[in-house]
Amino acid sequence: MTATVRGERDTVGLAPPGPGRPWHARLLGPAAFTAIAVLALVVAPLALEPFRLGLLAKYLCYAIVALGIGLAWGQGGMLTLGQGVFFGLGGYAMGMYLKLHDAGGHLPDFMVWSGVEKLPPLWVPFGNPVFAIAFAVAGPVLLALLLGTLVFRQRVRGAYFAILTQALAAATVILLVGQQGLTGGTNGLTNFFDLFGQDLAADETQRGLYLVVAAVLGLLYLVARQLVRSRFGRLLVAIRDGEDRVRFLGYDPATVKTVTFAVSAGMAGLAGALFVPVVGIISPALLGVVPSLELVVAVAVGGRFSLAGAVLGAVVMGYAKTSFSEQFADGWLYLQGALFILVMTLAPKGLLGLAARARDLLPSRRRA
Amino acid sequence: MNGALLEVRGLRVEFDGFRAIDGVDLTVEQGELRFLIGPNGAGKTTLIDVITGLTRPAAGSVRFEGWDLVGRREHEIVRMGVGRTFQTSVVFEQLTVTENLDLAASFRRPLWALARRRRGVSEAVDAAMRTTGLTELAGRPAGVLSHGQRQWLEIGMLIAQRPRLLLLDEPVAGMSGEERVRTGELLTEIAKDHTVIVIEHDMDFLRRYASQVTVLHEGKVLVEGSVEQVRADPRVQEVYLGRRAEPGTDAGAGPGPAGGPAEAPDAGPVVGTSVGEGM
Repeated sequence: MTATVRGERDTVGLAPPGPGRPWHARLLGPAAFTAIAVLALVVAPLALEPFRLGLLAKYLCYAIVALGIGLAWGQGGMLTLGQGVFFGLGGYAMGMYLKLHDAGGHLPDFMVWSGVEKLPPLWVPFGNPVFAIAFAVAGPVLLALLLGTLVFRQRVRGAYFAILTQALAAATVILLVGQQGLTGGTNGLTNFFDLFGQDLAADETQRGLYLVVAAVLGLLYLVARQLVRSRFGRLLVAIRDGEDRVRFLGYDPATVKTVTFAVSAGMAGLAGALFVPVVGIISPALLGVVPSLELVVAVAVGGRFSLAGAVLGAVVMGYAKTSFSEQFADGWLYLQGALFILVMTLAPKGLLGLAARARDLLPSRRRA
Repeated sequence: MNGALLEVRGLRVEFDGFRAIDGVDLTVEQGELRFLIGPNGAGKTTLIDVITGLTRPAAGSVRFEGWDLVGRREHEIVRMGVGRTFQTSVVFEQLTVTENLDLAASFRRPLWALARRRRGVSEAVDAAMRTTGLTELAGRPAGVLSHGQRQWLEIGMLIAQRPRLLLLDEPVAGMSGEERVRTGELLTEIAKDHTVIVIEHDMDFLRRYASQVTVLHEGKVLVEGSVEQVRADPRVQEVYLGRRAEPGTDAGAGPGPAGGPAEAPDAGPVVGTSVGEGM
């Protein structure tokens, strides 16, 4: 009669460690985090040549976005295919500031080429770096709050939510491309020279930027991890696995999802703002449907149910994309698609899930 | 007002023209343990769905402590003090037993306070765990629990919510004999200091643990009274008991016994299947 017990969903694996675990197991996470932090903040800047360090900084920017996706999708079950929009919002905010700063009171170069004669009112506040950086986070957060309130209250979810966010990404690109004089059109905003009095082309500046990106990522990781392990995080997982049931626990899933979505959007916005001085450009091609999807794929490959997996996926896939594209220009798309299918069918928990499974196998063998 | 805890008046629910509930009145007093029985399709689960905001009635009112519940959203009704379980127990398999109970106990905390990590086990959670006998399983993911344990966890979550009215939808469905006894004891325990409405199919269970019974049939209240009164009522025997050759077994289990001609007409589609959909 009650044969519809929901499938034996894997309950072992990446569940967060409870207080019942032995001390060495509990120290494993912090130890790994410290090791990676030292590697990223001390070893990498010394060992990598500037070009490679710049690439790593770019991947780490993507990793910040991935962290947000891990939170929204991995934990909360919201498959957001439009994180590029938030990333772009942050990127353009930063880009606008840099353009205005470089122009030094004149019109930014691309506006002159487009025949714009007076600085558009929309641009005026972005001359202030504090406003620009604040907007890079607050803009995406507010947009996500608005979107979440409208969408989640109406109980739009699953594929419908995914399609909606993807449509948002597509629409944003059209909007940006169409407003040549305001946004730089297809070219976007580029040719930046100076950041807070530092030459952006200098290795020193780039190294400093890399350190900032790495530190921000580490900090946000800790914040996200705290959130995941809190009651809020447990609630998020509960909503992912049984939203309708959560209502009968007295919570409004729409509020929880909206807040989470906003946090992930804020992360993407901040990542965008960091990305612009690191890479030197923000354009529609960097935030449309394809880049948004690529990040979701990266999170899936790394392991979406764990924040570390999301970060790992973004770095690994970013690195793989660069090195693979250096040899076979068009091959990457196919490899990426194949990887995604492979992961989704064979290892739904991604690389990190595989690692955890390997770890689980070892001691049991020893005991046997 | 000093009225009853729950007052349902003139309730009517329609699904595509089919009247699942057709003019039901129900009054449940503070502290009562009320059993709701009736054949499949009688509207029992639908009634609970309406009380908890899952289904909207076409007409009628549902008053809880004087407040109208109709039109309120599910979580708001829970926050007012009405909790429920589902026929098919739905617990969060990825979370541990403690975490499941803790979430149920924490909904009164403001959202920002939820961003802190849980330290230890709260009193409400501990009490619920002891009442349901799940203490030993505290750290296990709910996904590994047996069917019976899941039902108890769900009842435990309900207790942890500290509601003023508990609605249990077939708590012993699919349970073994031993589990039924345990659940019955649990129910008796809970009913001491809670107001409880139980939907139950199992006549054996009913005889043992029920006092006040409301019989629903085809969306209407057929009889209301004590177990003895209800069992003695010829109308109940006709639509309900008489239909079953062997009280205590589930309807439709095994080949239908001879002389059960009433099986087909009102067994119909189970109206309550909407519960737990999408879970």
